[in-house]
Amino acid sequence: MSHSAPLIHTPDGTIAAITKALGANLVSIEEANGEVAVHIHRDSLVECMIKLRDECAYQQLMEMAGVDWPDRDPRFEVVYCLLSLTKNHRIRVHLATNEDHPVPSVTGIWPVAGWLEREVFDMYGVLFSGNSDLRRILTDYGFSGHPQRKDFPLSGYVELRYSEEEKRVKYEPVQLAQDFRNFDFLSPWEGADYVLPGDEKTGEAPAAPAGADKSANMEAVKRTARKPKATGDKA
Amino acid sequence: MSMQQDLAPTTGDEVIQNYTINFGPQHPAAHGVLRLVMELDGEIVERLDPHIGLLHRGTEKLIEHKTYLQALPYFDRLDYASPMAMEHSYVLAVEKLLDLEVPIRAQYLRVLFAELTRIKNHTLNIAHHIIDVGAMTPPLWLYEIREDCMAFYERASGARMHAAWFRPGGVHQDVPLKLLTDIAEWLDDRMPRLFEDAMSLVVDNRIFKQRNVDIAIVSKEDAIKWGFSGPMIRGAGIPWDIRKSQPYDVYAKMDFDIPVGTRGDCYDRFMVRVEEVRQSVRIMKQCLQQMPEGPVCSDDRKVSPPKRAEMKQSMEALIHHFKLYTEGFKVPAGSVYVATESPKGEFGVYLVSDGTNKPYRCKIRPTAFSHLQAMDFMSRGHMLADTTAILGALDIVFGECDR
Repeated sequence: MSHSAPLIHTPDGTIAAITKALGANLVSIEEANGEVAVHIHRDSLVECMIKLRDECAYQQLMEMAGVDWPDRDPRFEVVYCLLSLTKNHRIRVHLATNEDHPVPSVTGIWPVAGWLEREVFDMYGVLFSGNSDLRRILTDYGFSGHPQRKDFPLSGYVELRYSEEEKRVKYEPVQLAQDFRNFDFLSPWEGADYVLPGDEKTGEAPAAPAGADKSANMEAVKRTARKPKATGDKA
Repeated sequence: MSMQQDLAPTTGDEVIQNYTINFGPQHPAAHGVLRLVMELDGEIVERLDPHIGLLHRGTEKLIEHKTYLQALPYFDRLDYASPMAMEHSYVLAVEKLLDLEVPIRAQYLRVLFAELTRIKNHTLNIAHHIIDVGAMTPPLWLYEIREDCMAFYERASGARMHAAWFRPGGVHQDVPLKLLTDIAEWLDDRMPRLFEDAMSLVVDNRIFKQRNVDIAIVSKEDAIKWGFSGPMIRGAGIPWDIRKSQPYDVYAKMDFDIPVGTRGDCYDRFMVRVEEVRQSVRIMKQCLQQMPEGPVCSDDRKVSPPKRAEMKQSMEALIHHFKLYTEGFKVPAGSVYVATESPKGEFGVYLVSDGTNKPYRCKIRPTAFSHLQAMDFMSRGHMLADTTAILGALDIVFGECDR
């Protein structure tokens, strides 16, 4: 270990103790990057958390994070970061869920979970059963959609401005003055696994010149793609 | 009110039980864009519902679309009262995933400026707390200190607030020797003089105590249940400080004390911050005494850029520079949760990497989320005028709360 991030020493037997406490509810437990991650079943969450708090002395719930994995089934991951003040140790508890199946709320164990669950609901649309106040928290009043999902565009769908004529705030569909550009810098010259725009014509007979309606995005990909090969290999 | 209720109200005699008022979002004591919906019985707060998110800018979503280096300046804009403390968690998280070693001088510089940031943040919070309960003179002096801190920021990074000076692998640039000697002089003379002068006006002041002592008492159990951290948990009497218990950078070599409260009220939280400023001065002095010469950024060219002069001579340096500022560096797949002791409490970054040049997910743990959420139970049964004192002692900045 050479980094200088906060030093967390995992006491001997921690993993064994957690495995014993959670029993059949445990899916897997691993230690990576010096941090212990516990994977559990969604429905046994409350039971596991009470055991982790009372038997394993993880007194504080510091953070909850949602993660969206569109390729996985179930799609969402909810992560709970627990802290033990007495053992001076941190663990993370992971569970998987989708938007149809609610996660049991832990507000009965830690009241701080109220807002944390509201945020995960707001950002990902994950439901929490037992949270009596599951309103949106960070987004606008009347917002629709769940912005942290990977399929939600960065620019959003709605923009608002103050209309001087109507003397009120108006909501309108997003109109970008310049195309949204998302460059792919991941070494395209090292053999991209997708067909570059325009390359599909290489096998065909010479056709009419390319249309002028190509998006800026495609142009950019093409330009980066034709850098000399040697440059990329050295770096 | 209850007496009126007993009498049968005649027509025209309206009996008002509770009423609801809006506090903010454009209120000078709301510390930014906070909207509190308060249900009052006379002047007693019955229920309080904070509406947040008015400063939500989608920082986490934006970070997912940026390379690791491009994501860094967003952190300055979270808690704009303590920018470098925000960067600190992020760079440590990236370094932990990369398992990257940071040169010792860079670690000292980071700790030095993290503590300068703590002074900067606490003087602002102390000043605003004092203003919120009605005093005017001490804040003017405390702002002098804050102004000095920002001048030091500017001399180190070129920016008074949004420094973007901490980088994965170290810091962006070395500081001139004159800056370090000036900071040492400031710590010896000007800073304690201004600070102790200002504090002598409030800490034993009768009116200030009347407004703060026994207001919003938080027990140890409540502090744990509500996920408190930083001065809030120490004010409740729990000696918990990540700098001591899970030291990062060179905090393990520093000698400092952790102040704790005895009653858990607003006055204790205020006094914890006052003492933390003095302890920060101690840490900064030790940094200045112990700091060695040497490089200030990792020499791993796959992460930190080469010197400009080197790029004029070496083709390889030029290529490294080009690759770092277009593609950026790739971080091995994995996830970490790194939390540091920011001036406001535990500021954490949960970083998920999928092995590419952009973070797959970067969840930011704001300190304000747990503290502001607890304001409902802290304010219940207190007077309307006490909410400003409670809010002042929470130390909330909305850039960080709303992200």
